[in-house]
Amino acid sequence: MTVTEALKTLEVGDAIPEIVTAPITHDQLARFAAASGDHNPIHLDEAAAKSGGLPGIIAHGMLNMAALGLVLTGWVPQSAVRRFSARFVAMTFPGDTLTLSGTVTGRSAQAGEDLVSLDLIARNQNGETILNGAATIALY
Amino acid sequence: MDLAAYVGKQYPPFSVAVDAARIGAFAEAIGDTDPVYRDEAAAKAAGYDGIPAPLTFPFTIALDAGQSFNVLEDMGIDKRSSVHGEQGFVYHRPIYGGDTISGTQKIIDIFEKKGGALIFILTEIDLINQHGDAVCELTSTIVVRRG
Repeated sequence: MTVTEALKTLEVGDAIPEIVTAPITHDQLARFAAASGDHNPIHLDEAAAKSGGLPGIIAHGMLNMAALGLVLTGWVPQSAVRRFSARFVAMTFPGDTLTLSGTVTGRSAQAGEDLVSLDLIARNQNGETILNGAATIALY
Repeated sequence: MDLAAYVGKQYPPFSVAVDAARIGAFAEAIGDTDPVYRDEAAAKAAGYDGIPAPLTFPFTIALDAGQSFNVLEDMGIDKRSSVHGEQGFVYHRPIYGGDTISGTQKIIDIFEKKGGALIFILTEIDLINQHGDAVCELTSTIVVRRG
């Protein structure tokens, strides 16, 4: 069965392949700051983070969301993704890893496309929810 | 401060050039190893017209354009009292390295929760490419602690 055929048999409640990210590193935060244009010092400088009332340097929320997107692009081509959203629930810190998972919540047809909606979740290594997300992908 | 008066406010249009090398650096930083973000030939073999911007890259376009949290400054709200509550993307067409993306931001809703202790500000940015095609809509929810 091809990947596309396998996708067409998806049913509500089915899980998509889980991904576990590599631990967040300070070097990664510096590279994400440069590439994303978010230069807020709370992601780069311990003193700045603490003076902002944080326990220490935190990762960019949009880095966590980008990581959550890997559970989609690890599964279908990016061009199949129609919608992607996330609610920022908790912070992440250097050393944290994220477990990314997704579950099918619905199937529908719209504008000639066969659409699959998903609930997504990113949890840290302690099982705490970091992001609640949702996505819609088109099968073709 | 009458925040309700800001609902519907539209900010001036902006335009941002998307650099293909930066897309590669972005993919590297987020841990996406797919060659389509780094190599034009790989991208074309995968059916793209160029090097595609990753799913959350449109937020970086908004950042580059000074369109992230600028509404707070406009409303006289201290950015430090706010957090990014939610982010959404609707995708119409890929954004490619080399594109010039333009857009406008507007405030679509403002409401309070917890007896006014929290203010929720919802903004939308519509992005179009240099051909005039809609590429992406971003919706952001900013949560402000009033106190």
